[in-house]
Amino acid sequence: MDVPVIFERSRPGRRGVRFDAHHDVPDVRLEDVLPSHLIRSTPLGLPEVAENDVVRHYTELSTLNYGVDTGFYPLGSCTMKYNPKINDWAASLPGFADVHPLQPDSTVQGLLKVLHALEEGLKEISGMDAVSLQPAAGAHGELTGILMIKAYLKDRGENRTTILVPDSAHGTNPATAAMAGFQVKVVPSNDRGGVDVAALRSLVDANTAGLMLTNPNTLGLFEEDIVEIADIVHQAGGLLYYDGANANAIMGRVRPGDMGFDVVHLNLHKTFSTPHGGGGPGSGPVGVKKALEPYLPYPRLMSGDDGLHWDYNRGKSIGKVRSFFGNVGVLVRAYAYLRSHGAEGLKAVSETAVLNANYLRQQLSDAYHTPYQRTVKHEFVLSLTPQKNRGARALDVAKRIIDYGFYPPTVYFPLVVEEALMVEPTETESKETLDRFVEAMQAINREIDESPELLHEAPHQTVVRRFDEATAARHPILTWTQLQQEG
Amino acid sequence: MRYIPHTPTEVREMLETLGIKSIDELFDDIPEAARLHRELNLPPALSEMELSQHLSRLAGEDANANEVPSFLGGGYYDRYVPAAVGSLASRGEFVTSYTPYQAELSQGTLAAIFEFQSMIQSLTGTFAAQASMYDGASAVGEAALLALAQGRSRRRIVALRGVHPDSRQVVQTYLTARGAELVVVDTLAELEQALGPDVAGVIVQYPDMLGALTVAEPAIELAHRAGALAIVAADPVALALLKPPGEMGADIVVGEGQPLGNHLSYGGPTFGYFAVQEPLVRKIPGRLVGVAKDAEGRRGFVLTLQAREQHIRREKATSNICSNHSLNALMATIYMSLVGSEGLREVALRSVQMAHYLAERLKGIGIRPMTDDPFLYEFAVRVPGDVDSLNQHLLSQGILGGYALGRWEPEWKGLWQLAVTERRTKEDCDRLVEEVAQWMSR
Amino acid sequence: MQFPENLKYTSDHEWIGPDGRIGVTEYAQDALGDVVFVELPEVGAEVQSGDAVGVIESVKSVSDLYSPASGRVARVNDQLKEKPELINQDPYGEGWIFELEDAVPGDVMSSADYQKQVEGD
Repeated sequence: MDVPVIFERSRPGRRGVRFDAHHDVPDVRLEDVLPSHLIRSTPLGLPEVAENDVVRHYTELSTLNYGVDTGFYPLGSCTMKYNPKINDWAASLPGFADVHPLQPDSTVQGLLKVLHALEEGLKEISGMDAVSLQPAAGAHGELTGILMIKAYLKDRGENRTTILVPDSAHGTNPATAAMAGFQVKVVPSNDRGGVDVAALRSLVDANTAGLMLTNPNTLGLFEEDIVEIADIVHQAGGLLYYDGANANAIMGRVRPGDMGFDVVHLNLHKTFSTPHGGGGPGSGPVGVKKALEPYLPYPRLMSGDDGLHWDYNRGKSIGKVRSFFGNVGVLVRAYAYLRSHGAEGLKAVSETAVLNANYLRQQLSDAYHTPYQRTVKHEFVLSLTPQKNRGARALDVAKRIIDYGFYPPTVYFPLVVEEALMVEPTETESKETLDRFVEAMQAINREIDESPELLHEAPHQTVVRRFDEATAARHPILTWTQLQQEG
Repeated sequence: MRYIPHTPTEVREMLETLGIKSIDELFDDIPEAARLHRELNLPPALSEMELSQHLSRLAGEDANANEVPSFLGGGYYDRYVPAAVGSLASRGEFVTSYTPYQAELSQGTLAAIFEFQSMIQSLTGTFAAQASMYDGASAVGEAALLALAQGRSRRRIVALRGVHPDSRQVVQTYLTARGAELVVVDTLAELEQALGPDVAGVIVQYPDMLGALTVAEPAIELAHRAGALAIVAADPVALALLKPPGEMGADIVVGEGQPLGNHLSYGGPTFGYFAVQEPLVRKIPGRLVGVAKDAEGRRGFVLTLQAREQHIRREKATSNICSNHSLNALMATIYMSLVGSEGLREVALRSVQMAHYLAERLKGIGIRPMTDDPFLYEFAVRVPGDVDSLNQHLLSQGILGGYALGRWEPEWKGLWQLAVTERRTKEDCDRLVEEVAQWMSR
Repeated sequence: MQFPENLKYTSDHEWIGPDGRIGVTEYAQDALGDVVFVELPEVGAEVQSGDAVGVIESVKSVSDLYSPASGRVARVNDQLKEKPELINQDPYGEGWIFELEDAVPGDVMSSADYQKQVEGD
């Protein structure tokens, strides 16, 4: 079966939801309102379908998707934990969902209290002095943070040009630094999977604006030398940026602010359980130490005699990175999560995430190579080079995992590990789920020798099999119009 | 703990497997100096029931658009969201899935994005659209960056003042980072003067902040004459009635997508859309879904042209964006399917009809639109007196009045921006006019 | 893998022929995987050896194309616009990328030296 699209259900003249003209005020003809050259003459091209068509179609599409609600989703670095339903409910309350961003502050005090309490909570968890909820995603938070570093340094009369990024970093780190107008220098990893401190020492200089670091890093390893790393960068006059992608491992145990970081972003769609939504919306609040507070995006949420209000008068601010205040619906969910847990709960979240990762790694280590012999935090990386030598690449193993009913781990990342398979179980998975996954991985490892074609042709049970991505990219067909013309 | 399934016995078994006595040992590698030697100082945990009561109370403090008629607009509109949108878009398989990198397990999201791209392409009259942006303002910002990248040595972007102030501000933030310059002009004549060989792009909004519709087409022409890219930020619902920017020759068409089936949510999450003409397809920032054939020749969908993106191109990527607002774009896709071409026209026309009624009524009490230019469902009027004081009066009478544009731009002081959606009734408008008259007579 | 002896090679895996014709090596096409798009230099452009003059994209990677020589771009292989896979199929023949006039090669090596570099990798 081809994967369906709604346009195929379209029948000329069929209607879904209608909106009648008003009968109690004079009718308006478009010709009376608009000059003729501005009136649209080409069809809108939307499907003509009944409501039932729409419901059946999108219900069908939903069944072609796999979510955390479907099953185990050990996608490394993405923190695919369970997304509590109460949080979704909270975000849909009319007092949060049906308020206009231009409403007077006095009419949204309930929502502003939520946002304020969330800011306070994030400050405490990250060990920072001030927080802005504006950035819409992790990468957006990175950009905001790096722009603040740039503005701060510029104000001090320093024109530093380089941002350092470890070779194990997410692709967004170098892309962000470049987007903010910096040159990128890559810091190599050492044989324990951490930042090579000696190399870092030789890379920092008077041009170093900062170092972007994820801790625990993308290998799931805590940077043991973090205190020294922070010293090296600070002594060179640079700042430390904390990529909060992996903060799910450390809540209540250690805080970026106490490790020496000056700027952080947190991914609420990871650590704070807000749903990923098939690629977004997320939310990437930024936190800073006191010295950088003036540079936070405006407006800032302030508390005064009349309750909470937005302060637009922020002379040194880097400006805005998006419209209005942030992904409020996501922020409400994160607040609900925070309040369901409290200090003790969040600590247990991180502890269990770490316990699950170490347990799973231990159970997989007979069949699979674990490149760094260390305790991991919330995730770990396997290197499937031995499997590759036996005839199955990491991609083949990943695709075969689908047949066992799981979402595959991240493949080929981080780049510093050959044939990488990156596994993050999260704290919301039970021991029996982890055990079932181990059994599947062991069975797949046996299949490599017994029936390798099972892996090469996997997945077998899905609605579609592997795609010819090369042809798709050579001659991209991106719209229904194009598909009709060329398909 | 709320969402942790382990029993104490299971925890013990797992620790035994690891050969350790306590979870603490798993954190031994954190340097002593960095550790937090106390508990986090956070409010105590609430049970689910307590939490729902707490949040209901807070939400109840706000004036929401279902209870208080609102005339606020500026890119975000109080439009009707059909019930089926929420019911379908809240299905767990859509809500709790990740970016569709594993195509075999993500055909639902991928097919929906393909539909979304198709609908946006067709609305805007362009060649192709990508999978969505954070919001309208950041989409304008990304468009400016794309123009800059295309313009090579050209280092300036010119925007008309009628472009949403938040969009201009984001462009400013992004351009400052690149060492490029944003120039704001008020009129077409000023635009013509500002254009030169160093201008990479021109940004115009359609309709603009004051409701004007006639600026876009000549601005596009001027941009092209100067060798710059023409970027149009458009309200997608207005495009049901208006000649699409792509047909006017715009190179990039972007906009805020909230009016398409998304709740206001105090400004987010909504989504931005981003569409281009054919020569720019391989330069689009963000995600793009294309058709592909699987091993058995079946049609499906994949993320394509990924080499443009940050996870491959790293510091050479045009943008660092690595997500889209998939779920919001899905809501828009379901919305556009439900209402269809006719329904979207009806939404827009019904708004136009009531907006023109309101404009006439206001004229009756001596308040006139700023110009005699054509407008659709949003217009600016000059208010005799302080706009904030007028809005305060209206709020005391249970009406959310229009926006005081002077809060954004000193040039707009005394202007009141009124938006009328399909949800506003004759009674809402009549009450508004009566209260304005009341306020004027004080 | 074949590395024809009449060509010169760069450490970035480009080749240049005696006629100024330029492409990428068989090793490069193999490492890239399925090539899906090639951004060609502009005809008439003056380039210096070592300049990034184009981009080669495969499904999951991207790499800059560095000119192995200085000169003026005389021709580009327009066929690659429709069939970028020619780079995979015939890297030294139909998969050529562009041609320089009055080419002055930069840091290039012989087939034998290049082969050593590739095998050392």
